[in-house]
Amino acid sequence: MCGIAALQLRNPGLHAHMGSLLSSMMCQIVDRGPDSAGLAVYNTPGLVSPGQATLSLLGKEQGAALADIETSLARLLPDAASTRVQVVGDTTLVSSAVETPLLMKAVKEALPKSTIIGRGEHVAVMKSVGHPMEIAAEHGLENMAGSQGLSHTRMATESAVTAGGSHPFSVADDLCLVHNGSFSNHATIRRELKRRGVVFDSDNDTEVGARFIASRLEQGDDLETALINLGKVFDGFYTLVVTTADSMAVVRDPIACKPAIIAETDDYVAMASEYRALASLPRIDNARIFEPEPGKVYTWSL
Amino acid sequence: MVTLIGTETPAYVPAASGATATLVDLAESTVRDLNQALHEPHVQGEWTVTNSDGKHSIAVGIDAPVSVTIEGHVGYYAAGMHQKGDVIIRGNAGVGLAENIMSGTVHVTGDASQSAAATGHGGLVVIDGNAGARCGISMKGVDIVVGGSIGHMSAFMAQAGRLVVCGDAGDALGDSIYEARIYVKGTVASLGADCVEKPMGGEHLEELGQLLAAAGRTEQPSEFKRYGSARNLYHFHVDNSTAY
Repeated sequence: MCGIAALQLRNPGLHAHMGSLLSSMMCQIVDRGPDSAGLAVYNTPGLVSPGQATLSLLGKEQGAALADIETSLARLLPDAASTRVQVVGDTTLVSSAVETPLLMKAVKEALPKSTIIGRGEHVAVMKSVGHPMEIAAEHGLENMAGSQGLSHTRMATESAVTAGGSHPFSVADDLCLVHNGSFSNHATIRRELKRRGVVFDSDNDTEVGARFIASRLEQGDDLETALINLGKVFDGFYTLVVTTADSMAVVRDPIACKPAIIAETDDYVAMASEYRALASLPRIDNARIFEPEPGKVYTWSL
Repeated sequence: MVTLIGTETPAYVPAASGATATLVDLAESTVRDLNQALHEPHVQGEWTVTNSDGKHSIAVGIDAPVSVTIEGHVGYYAAGMHQKGDVIIRGNAGVGLAENIMSGTVHVTGDASQSAAATGHGGLVVIDGNAGARCGISMKGVDIVVGGSIGHMSAFMAQAGRLVVCGDAGDALGDSIYEARIYVKGTVASLGADCVEKPMGGEHLEELGQLLAAAGRTEQPSEFKRYGSARNLYHFHVDNSTAY
């Protein structure tokens, strides 16, 4: 069992409340996965900036003072990039006005032991071990603005309870995946992806799903097609939520043991493992509420 | 003890005939308070539950002639293990609605998630909207009337009782079914192993008419098709006798 809560805000007037809304949803899914948690927030002022790549690094300690990290990164990057390093909760964020691959290369050189858990122009990813609401509070979710938010509370089954094994998995620019369930043939698919040169950060089954989607998108699939292809290759139980810079997708496996419920209004699309996570959203009484059908891919774009 | 609103009567004391319903606000009381009050000896009368907000296990284990109305959506296992009473949910229900119901009625005005009325032995479950996958799985005597459609693997290993679907049925309807009877007005995506369409006799039209009336439906029995067991999986197949 794991818990998922995701929110896409169609009404820009609600952007200022993204964090408090997502937090109110997340606290209702803690029971489903109390061992660790993760968050992805999109277009949150203070965390990401337009025209800049931002990398989210696991942990607040990177083995060096922030000023020293900034100095060593500045040496590796163009002067005009104005590279900045900040700690938010248990996450280190590195931003720079360069392309993501260049920033990743610099970070890997300056901080070879770091783990990159999020990347892109729009998304910041934060994850840790412990009570999900303490993790959310530590990162200051309540006060974050943004256009989309994704949260996951984990009850680990396929791999260890570590921050690196927490969801979301973000393995391509602005792409995030969370998963309730377990993939049973992930080792086989992992081997095939590795053969094609894909590098993994963890032993987690969900990371294989994320790497698969990223590789399909790279090959030209749109998000919906990538998820249809995932359904053809992956075996197991899953309810997945995938977010990109401007879209959100939900899919359940054809057996549909893992729950999902969606509320849609003119102001937002919200998805959660259980209705109680949606109950306190604005004007929920007027929302179209439905359970996604088994095996069907749902997508919404901003 | 539940928090009472609008009445001085303790929660477990039966409301006198014609008296206002006992109100339980789940923003003020816990679900356990509500359920414990409903389990008090000799409980009866009318109860109204507000601010359900998708909470789990609301009104489970009722074993008394009470009438409980829940004003809102409920979470998992609402009205589970239900006997004798009547529960109305004005909203949607989560997984496992009226699981193992023995008698009485449970009525949902919205949709129900998967495994509605699973393993139910008796009573009537009415879902005005749609039901998800595995509706009536292993039903053992319960009657289920769904106003909308039902998901896949419904009535799996259904042993007794009747399942009425006014919309469509998903894949593998009635897989490995025993003696339950299924009536579907719309289309069936596919039938499960050993489930077949059967002719509608007078007795079937009659019982279907009664079920539709009990559920407050206006459909005509003649609009439905009946499905049940081909009884090919009942007995040991003699061709397998040399396998040992």
